[in-house]
Amino acid sequence: MVHLTAVLIVMALSPSSYRAQHRQALARQIYLGTAQSLLWFTVLSTLISLVVIRIVVVTAQSYGLSQYALEMVVRVLVLELIPLAAALFAALRCSIPQATEVAALRTGGAWDQAVSQGANPLHAEVLPRVVAGVFVSLLLAAVSCVVTLVVAYLSTYGYTTAGFSAYTRTVGHVFSPAVSLIFGLKTLFFSVTVALMPIAAVLDAAPRRRANTSVELQGLVRMFLVLVLIEIGSLVGNYY
Amino acid sequence: MKDETAPARPASIANVEFKAALLLGLFVALLLGTVLYLLYARGSFEATQQLVLTADDSEGVRVGMDLGFAGFPIGRVRRIELAPDGAARIVIEVPLRDAHWLRESSVFILLRNIVGSASLKAYSGVLTDPPLPDGAQRKVLVGDTSAELPLLVSNARALMQNLTQLSASDSPLAASLRNVQTLTEKLNQPRGAAGVLLGDGAEARKLASALDRVNQLLARLDGMAGRADAQVLGPAGLVHESRATVQQLNALLGDARNTLKRVDGVLAEAQAVATNARVATTDLGALRSEVDATVRKVEQLVDEVNRKWPFARESELKLK
Repeated sequence: MVHLTAVLIVMALSPSSYRAQHRQALARQIYLGTAQSLLWFTVLSTLISLVVIRIVVVTAQSYGLSQYALEMVVRVLVLELIPLAAALFAALRCSIPQATEVAALRTGGAWDQAVSQGANPLHAEVLPRVVAGVFVSLLLAAVSCVVTLVVAYLSTYGYTTAGFSAYTRTVGHVFSPAVSLIFGLKTLFFSVTVALMPIAAVLDAAPRRRANTSVELQGLVRMFLVLVLIEIGSLVGNYY
Repeated sequence: MKDETAPARPASIANVEFKAALLLGLFVALLLGTVLYLLYARGSFEATQQLVLTADDSEGVRVGMDLGFAGFPIGRVRRIELAPDGAARIVIEVPLRDAHWLRESSVFILLRNIVGSASLKAYSGVLTDPPLPDGAQRKVLVGDTSAELPLLVSNARALMQNLTQLSASDSPLAASLRNVQTLTEKLNQPRGAAGVLLGDGAEARKLASALDRVNQLLARLDGMAGRADAQVLGPAGLVHESRATVQQLNALLGDARNTLKRVDGVLAEAQAVATNARVATTDLGALRSEVDATVRKVEQLVDEVNRKWPFARESELKLK
């Protein structure tokens, strides 16, 4: 699996993978993966953010610690919860169905047929799905983080620009260079993980005539394990 | 035979590359916007000046911490370093638009609270003082609530020890209270305060004797006062005679007033005489001048007659 992951990463980073003959498939996977997730995830994350922000702000006010509420909201939601939720949502709505498609290709014989015709199914079928999975996760995280920041501002200050300066200062406090770097790396690693591991788990297993549920479950468990490790690493980097 | 699990070929999507490009553009725009906003929030686009605060201990200070002025953040800690003399140097960047709140006379305080993080505060009492120059170095005053707790506990312990010593049975306070009790018991005895002050011996007897003599003296003084009263206020007393004398004086004063009125009349007449004399003196002056003129004319006439013949005379004097 490690070798396969490395091959896919190299293929994703090489410019030749984005030539005209692959671009159509890549655009198709990106569009399909994003269009069906973006709106729902944005609505869902906005609602959850609204509830969490309200709980945090009201609780902080009741303890007389409202000056820390905004910073806590930004840290908990934007830094920790939203990237993880975006990665999991991308995995559930995009990567895992795509892994199932790849598994179906292999079990259906299309994979072997393409290999026999001299084509590389990794380039034609797998890479667009992996790139789309990475992109979906990154875009969901970016959109929901921005929306959450806006919701946090509106929940705290209302429909006025009076608090923009103080809010910007608080956000600047939270996003120190180290925290920003860890946040960016964590989001990127989440995306790569959820895009690669389900497909890599399917490709790593021997092709069977029927769908192998245990292999997909193993891939999911490994993906969750890696996500948890990345999250722990980011927490250690941020707070220790 | 066709495999049932093989996926159907996907239907084509119109303008799929354009739509994918739009999504990529949205992602790039969000990413760039977020990066620019964070740079702005971190103050990367602001012109700043530097302020260095020195403290014995930089505990509680962290990079990115605000410097507050009147509740508003006007600066941000950029660096904390150890100076060669062992003091902590807190390097703060203050945006130029907020730098005018800091003056030469500004005071900087590091507050360490029991709950919550430490905070840096600036106080500018005289806003007309010259502004703080770039790179200025100031000593920061430390207000440490948690550091004051041990001192408070120590003081409380000392206070409790003092109270224990005060309330002990052999303490000076207890002895004083015993003395007070003895005193009140003596005050309640028949001799009362006099017994407290003089005791029961010869001094007390002397005081009683002195009091008797004072009483006798007061009785004699009372008699003397009665006699003096009769002499002063009695029918032939001093006050009565004084009243008669005052009446006589009033009569004398009336006579004197009448005499003075007559003198006033005499003086008025004398004044009139003097006025007439002044007028007469004026007329005499005019008469005299007329007589003088007439005499001069007569003299001139006599001289003229003398010069005429046959009355001419040799008036020339010859020396022989």
